[in-house]
Amino acid sequence: MTVKELAEKMNLKIFCGETNLDRTIEGCYVSDLLSDVMGNAKSGMAWITLQTHQNVAAIASLKDLSCIILVKGFEPEEDTLQHAVEEEIPVLGTSQQTFETAGQVYQLIC
Amino acid sequence: MTRYKVDLHNHTLLSPCGDLDMTPEYIVELALQRGVDVLGITDHNATRHCRLAQHYSKRRNIFILCGAEVTTKEEAHCLAFFETYEQLDAFQQYLDEHLPNIPNSPDLFGDQVQIDEDDNIVYEEPRLLTSCLDESISQINKKVKELNGLFIPAHIDKPKYSVISQLGFIPFDLDYDAVELSKFGDKEKILKEHSYLKDKTFTRASDAHIPDVVGTSPCYFEMETRSFEEIRLALHQEQGRLVSLT
Repeated sequence: MTVKELAEKMNLKIFCGETNLDRTIEGCYVSDLLSDVMGNAKSGMAWITLQTHQNVAAIASLKDLSCIILVKGFEPEEDTLQHAVEEEIPVLGTSQQTFETAGQVYQLIC
Repeated sequence: MTRYKVDLHNHTLLSPCGDLDMTPEYIVELALQRGVDVLGITDHNATRHCRLAQHYSKRRNIFILCGAEVTTKEEAHCLAFFETYEQLDAFQQYLDEHLPNIPNSPDLFGDQVQIDEDDNIVYEEPRLLTSCLDESISQINKKVKELNGLFIPAHIDKPKYSVISQLGFIPFDLDYDAVELSKFGDKEKILKEHSYLKDKTFTRASDAHIPDVVGTSPCYFEMETRSFEEIRLALHQEQGRLVSLT
């Protein structure tokens, strides 16, 4: 499944990365500890988090993640958005909590 | 230059996790007994016991550095220190504005009491002090610097509540004066993964919550005298001042 398809099916808000929505989602990682994501997330995964700091964009780029999904209506901080645009990482958002979001992603991609 | 024994990270009984024996008077007394020359008072998201600690340091051979251990929105713990009471009070006001209204449950988390010189309780903080502020690390960093304060990410070697555990690495635009290691934190190990810290000053501190620990994991500052500005110079390794872990 591509990021675009996931965003459409889950009605996710797209903050940036419109030109990279054709990336294939290969698994998903759920964590708000960025050190944990750095150590354990795998290339191609979607990343569900409530962290909005600019390091989120840097780590998504470093780990070559397919997209970031911010939960609970959180929006990326201005510098986060800027970094995500530079790094060409799609940042998506939902008003749902992590539990529901991860559950839906699981049903759609597994 | 004089070599001073320094422990910048100590919690009083105002912190919910601080032992009720951790009165400012007792902490100062213990620090003196253990040869500490510069002692930081750093309660969670609170500065209210700094004055009392400074009161007990008068006419005694110890310098009190007034501050707090703030919890950022990202749940990263950072130390902030201020030179004047005006700056300290302005920061306390900022903490009061940005601490969320989550009530403390003393049975679960511990009491959050402020005492006076006669050990009377003069204030009890109703909100849980270990909550994270609703401000990001960048916003808090900016506030501390506006007040001419010192900003030191705490126990960066720890797998929780450290800027590295929460944010993966220290944001490159953060304006910090040093980084702090916990008791067993290994500077070389950190530098292997975080080489951008190679020119930064590393401190070590006890993060004492109980009397036995005060002053037990110190570092050493070489300075002309003990003052806020000398401490800043040492943290910046300027004008011959420096900080050593051994």
